[in-house]
Amino acid sequence: MVDAQYFGDGLTYLNPSDLKGKLIAIEGTDGVGRSTHIEMLQEWLEVQGYGVVTTGWTRSNLMSKTIEMAKEGNILDRWSFSLLYATDFADRLEHEIIPALRSGFIVLADRYIYTALARDFVRSGNRQWARDVFGFALVPDLVCYMRIDIETLVLRVIETKGMNFWESGMDLRLGSDLYDSFKKYQSLLIEEFDKMAEEFHFEVIDARKSPDEIQDALRSKIQPLLTANLRSPSLPSDRLIHPA
Amino acid sequence: MSNPPSQIMTPHPYPGKLIIVEGIDGSGKSTQLLLLHKWLESKGYKVFFTEWNSSELVKDTTKRGKKNKSLTPTTFSLLHATDFASRLYHEILPPLKAGMIVLADRYVYTAFARDVVRGVSPEWIRKLYSFAIIPDMAFYYRVPIETAISRVLGGTRGQFKYYEAGMDMNLHPDVTESFRLFQSRILDQYDKIVDEFQLMPMDATKDIEAQQNDMRRLVGEALKDYKPRRGTHGRRTVFWRRFDVSKSE
Repeated sequence: MVDAQYFGDGLTYLNPSDLKGKLIAIEGTDGVGRSTHIEMLQEWLEVQGYGVVTTGWTRSNLMSKTIEMAKEGNILDRWSFSLLYATDFADRLEHEIIPALRSGFIVLADRYIYTALARDFVRSGNRQWARDVFGFALVPDLVCYMRIDIETLVLRVIETKGMNFWESGMDLRLGSDLYDSFKKYQSLLIEEFDKMAEEFHFEVIDARKSPDEIQDALRSKIQPLLTANLRSPSLPSDRLIHPA
Repeated sequence: MSNPPSQIMTPHPYPGKLIIVEGIDGSGKSTQLLLLHKWLESKGYKVFFTEWNSSELVKDTTKRGKKNKSLTPTTFSLLHATDFASRLYHEILPPLKAGMIVLADRYVYTAFARDVVRGVSPEWIRKLYSFAIIPDMAFYYRVPIETAISRVLGGTRGQFKYYEAGMDMNLHPDVTESFRLFQSRILDQYDKIVDEFQLMPMDATKDIEAQQNDMRRLVGEALKDYKPRRGTHGRRTVFWRRFDVSKSE
């Protein structure tokens, strides 16, 4: 991250200029296969000799339990819904992501602020507030958006883990049952992700393809970042071909 | 950034009244609000009280974060905003809609003063709280730092808490000295906020009774045209109760 930047009003007490690593965000709706592909990417990068740190949505030490509890109690209003995620993200940004980037790691983020922006927009119809709240986020070096259509997603989710209350946006009362609600909610999210993909220049990966094809597509997007700035993982003997 | 920050929050359209107090620790604002509460109730008003950092949603998290000292200026700030959002939605808006008087011990101005001293951007914190509503009355209890220190030390608490003294900022190893430095900076921020958001400055060095007389006079004037909702057993309540039951099923 040679010219690391904050998304909006940044952390005034933290200068992002000395971050040597790379921040790669993998975005996409629920059930699109993000975590599986992140595991594979980590393996691929580590084999090449890169240090990798992964960070996942709601996985912060500070907030993961709180968010679970809040979801169980269904006690969330629109603002605290977004603010809980913002707190979780801030905790991971300052305690995991920035320290790792400073030490030269590649950080693979399973979801990034765009998930929160999409969810807030679907609930409020207003884009500005959530973008202001997440102003302290670092702009990633690369955002890969695993795009899927709603019909394929519905089948895949039913086949695997099933639909749950929050992934169906049941708090929004969009449909009469879990299935209808899931379909409407996830369609709205996909629509907003598609808009953001243009605005923020996501790399769009077709997530309807086979896992191997998706993984290849992800790697081909990540590869150029590696050769650009990190120390080349190639062996030092390469440099001895033309001695001074 | 086209709006000045003071216009980011909106006035509320509800029949109730929101009265808030601000001031540093040891300013005596909570005592004044308690006495006001008693007075309003004695006059027959329906009153609801809410306090900074008290929501069920994040209270334990904040406590845990403070205990293991893992909070950063930004997570500290966001947790308090989450607390506020939750209380606004569950504790402040419903009584205002029902026409009650809501008394709040600390409001968004606490965050504007304290979090900025901790190091977050003044613009960011104002945008963060832009969903808040403008209170009908906002009192600021202004007190010299030495008075606040002797009140906290001589009072029921007898000592400073870690975060209240700003010990997380490494201003000074001595807790009293740290409190002095930290709270002085907060006082400077409050002075700016009083102008920006037109808070009512109150002289918090006066006797408790004298201060309370001033407060009651001001509140009394402001409530002249306020029609308190009475008859909690009227038809309307029954309707809402029924409505509530069918909705939660």
